[in-house]
Amino acid sequence: MIVAERKPLDEIEAMLEGFQRVLVVGCGTCVAVCMAGGEKEVELLAAELRMKAKLRGQPRVVDEITVTRQCDKEYLEQLAKYVDQYDVVLSAGCGAGVQFLAERYDAALVLPALNTRFIGVAEGPGQWSQRCMACSDCILDQTGGICPMTICPKNVLNGPCGGTNHGKCEVDGEKDCAWTLIFRKLEKLGRLDYLRKIQPPKDYSRMTKPGRFTHAAFEQADDQEGVS
Amino acid sequence: MNENESTAPEPYEPKVVAFCCTYCAYTAGDLAGSMRLEYAANVRVVKTLCTGKIDAVLLLRALEDGADAVYVAGCALGDCHFLEGNLRAIQTVAHAKKLLAEVGLEPERLEFFHIPASAGPLFAERADEMTARARQLGPNPLRRAMREPAGGKLSREPDPHPPLPPARLGKLLRELERAAAVDSSPGASS
Amino acid sequence: MAAAFRDVAAQKDFVVTAEVGPPKGTDVSTLVHHIELLKDKVDGLNVTDNQSSVMRISSLAVCRLILDHGGEPILQLTCRDRNRLALQSELLSASVLGVQNVLCLTGDYVSVGDHPQAKPVFDLDSVQLLQTVGLLNQGKDLADNAMQGATDFFAGAVVTPEADPIEPQLMKFDKKVAAGARFFQTQAIYDLESFKRFMDHARKHDVKVMAGIVLLVSAGMARYMNKNVPGIFVPDPLIQELAAAPKGKAIEVGIRIAGRMIRQLREEKVCDGVHVMAIGKEDRVPEILAEGGI
Repeated sequence: MIVAERKPLDEIEAMLEGFQRVLVVGCGTCVAVCMAGGEKEVELLAAELRMKAKLRGQPRVVDEITVTRQCDKEYLEQLAKYVDQYDVVLSAGCGAGVQFLAERYDAALVLPALNTRFIGVAEGPGQWSQRCMACSDCILDQTGGICPMTICPKNVLNGPCGGTNHGKCEVDGEKDCAWTLIFRKLEKLGRLDYLRKIQPPKDYSRMTKPGRFTHAAFEQADDQEGVS
Repeated sequence: MNENESTAPEPYEPKVVAFCCTYCAYTAGDLAGSMRLEYAANVRVVKTLCTGKIDAVLLLRALEDGADAVYVAGCALGDCHFLEGNLRAIQTVAHAKKLLAEVGLEPERLEFFHIPASAGPLFAERADEMTARARQLGPNPLRRAMREPAGGKLSREPDPHPPLPPARLGKLLRELERAAAVDSSPGASS
Repeated sequence: MAAAFRDVAAQKDFVVTAEVGPPKGTDVSTLVHHIELLKDKVDGLNVTDNQSSVMRISSLAVCRLILDHGGEPILQLTCRDRNRLALQSELLSASVLGVQNVLCLTGDYVSVGDHPQAKPVFDLDSVQLLQTVGLLNQGKDLADNAMQGATDFFAGAVVTPEADPIEPQLMKFDKKVAAGARFFQTQAIYDLESFKRFMDHARKHDVKVMAGIVLLVSAGMARYMNKNVPGIFVPDPLIQELAAAPKGKAIEVGIRIAGRMIRQLREEKVCDGVHVMAIGKEDRVPEILAEGGI
C-alpha cells in the first residue's frame, strides 16, 4: 500500500502560520494502515496543534474529521458542509488525496500534512519498506519476485553492479544487493537463464507522468452509435 | 512559578489523572484503601480494563484539558492479564512523551508505572510521587486556556451504501425478496 | 602521436594502462604534469568520469587534452549522470574528437559523492552501454536510426574477480563479452591464486584482461579498503608488511608490493596486462612500473 509519514510538526506549524481556523482531514485507508494520517493520528495531530497554539497564546480552532478515502469523489462530498467554515484545510492523505481534495474544493487552501514515501509493505509493526516503483512494466516473473527497479538503487537490469559487497549494497551496507538476491532465488527456482540473457534498456516512456488509463470495462465503444 | 493574577489567586493544587488497569493497579488502589493508606487527594483514578487499550490521544487530551500530570499504571512485566497490554502501554506512553516534547510541554508530566495488585503502599507512593512532580513542574500552561473551546472531532454521515431490504423475522431475506420481486406472476411458488 | 591502444593490445603480450583523475575546477596544471609524466610509459591512459560521484571535469575534455599532448586516452563513461541520449551524444563527440577507446561502467551511486542530493540517472547499465557502443560502431543508434557516419570504438568493461558470490559476476562477465567488450580492467587484486581461477573462466573468451593494481600507501588504507570498498580484499600478510614499514616509508613498501604483483603476473603469464591505479599519487606510477620490470 501507499506508505507515508507525518511531516515534522515544525514544518506543519510553519505552513499554518497566521491561520486561525484549521480543518484536519484524515484518510481511513492506506495512511491509516501505516499510522500516518488515519483517524487516530489525525486526532493526535489536531490535539497537538491546539496545544501548541494555546501555549503560544494564539487563538486557533482545529477541528478534525476522517473520511474513508480521499481518492474517491463520493467520500470527499462528505466534507462539503464543513470546508467553507475554515481558513485552511490540512489534509492527512497521501499526495493523491491532497490533490483530489484541492481539486474538489477549489476555493479552499489545502495543505499536506504528510510526506508520501512509497508503495510498500509492512515488515513488522511500524516498519515499512518499499517494494514497488510503479514502473508500468513488471518483470517480477523473470526475476523471481524481486524487483530490480526498486531494491536496486541504480535500477540495473543486468546486475549486479561492481559495488555488490558480499550480498550487500554499496549504497547502504544494511541493504541487500538486489541482484545477489535475484541470483540466489533464480538458482533455487532453477531459472538462471534469465541472468544469462542481456536485458535491453528499459522503456521509460511507460512511466511518463502524469499517468492515466481507463479500465477496459469502462472504455467507450467509439464505433457504436447510440448509448446502451 | 506562575505569576499572580489580579483577581485573588487560588493556591496551586495539581490535578493528576491516573489510568489504572483493572487487574493490577486498580486492585492495588483498592488495597491501599483497605489499608487506610493516606496519599495525595489530587489523583483522579480512571479505571481501564487494560492499559493496552489506552491510546495516545487519551493521554494528550487529558493534558490538553488541563491535567497537570498524567500517569498510566499497569501490571508488572509478564503479569499482564491480557499478556501484552502493558508492553503496548509502555510503547504508547513513550510515543506520547515524544509528542509532548514536540508540542512544547514537559514530557515529565507523563509517566508509566508498574503497580502489581498486591502493592498497596506502592500505589500510594506513586500517587504522591506524581503529585509532587506536578507541583514541582508547576501548573499546566494550558489550564488557563482550557476554557476556550478550540475544536474537536466533527461528525460525518455514514458512507453511502446501497439500500438494504427491510429485515423480516430477524433474517435478511434478500435472495427470496429478489426472487419474489422478479417472479411476481401468480402461481409461481417461492 | 601514440600508437592506438587497440593495436598495442593485439600485438604486445603484456600491456600497461594507468589512470589520471581530472581536477575539480579549471586549473589543469597538475593534470597536464601527470599526463606528460605517464603518456609515454603506458599503452593507454584512463580518464575517470566523476569518479566516486564527485563532480569534476568530464572525462571527454581530458581525453582531448591527452590527445593534444600525444598520449592515448581511454574514455571512462558511466551511466550515473547521463540518459541514453546524452550517452550516445558523448560517444559521438568522443569519436569526433579522436578518442578511440571507451571503458563502459554503471557508475557509483550519487550518495557516495559530494552532491548526494542529485538525481541519479542510470537510464542504461554497463551491459546496455556496451551494446550501444556496438550499435554506434555499426552506424546505428539505439532507436534504430541510421547515422551519418559510424564510430569505431575499442570497447572495454570492468570485472571484479574477487566478488562474493562469484557466479553472478561471471555471468555478467560473459554478458559483457557478448555485448561487445573486447578488453577488461579488473578491480584491484591481491590474491594471485584466486585471480588465476578467475582467469580460467575468462580464457573462454577472446578478450584482453588487465589486472587492476592499486597502490597501497599505508596499512590504514589497506584496512579501509577492506572494510569499505566492495570487491577488494587485501590479505593480512600484506597489511602486516605495510604496518612493519618505518614511519613515512609505508608508501615505498606499497610500491614494492605493487611492483611484485606486476612482475608475477607478467612472468607467470597470468593475464594480458595490468591497469595501475594510484589515486593522488600518479607521480609514483613510473616507480611502480620500474619495480614491475616494465
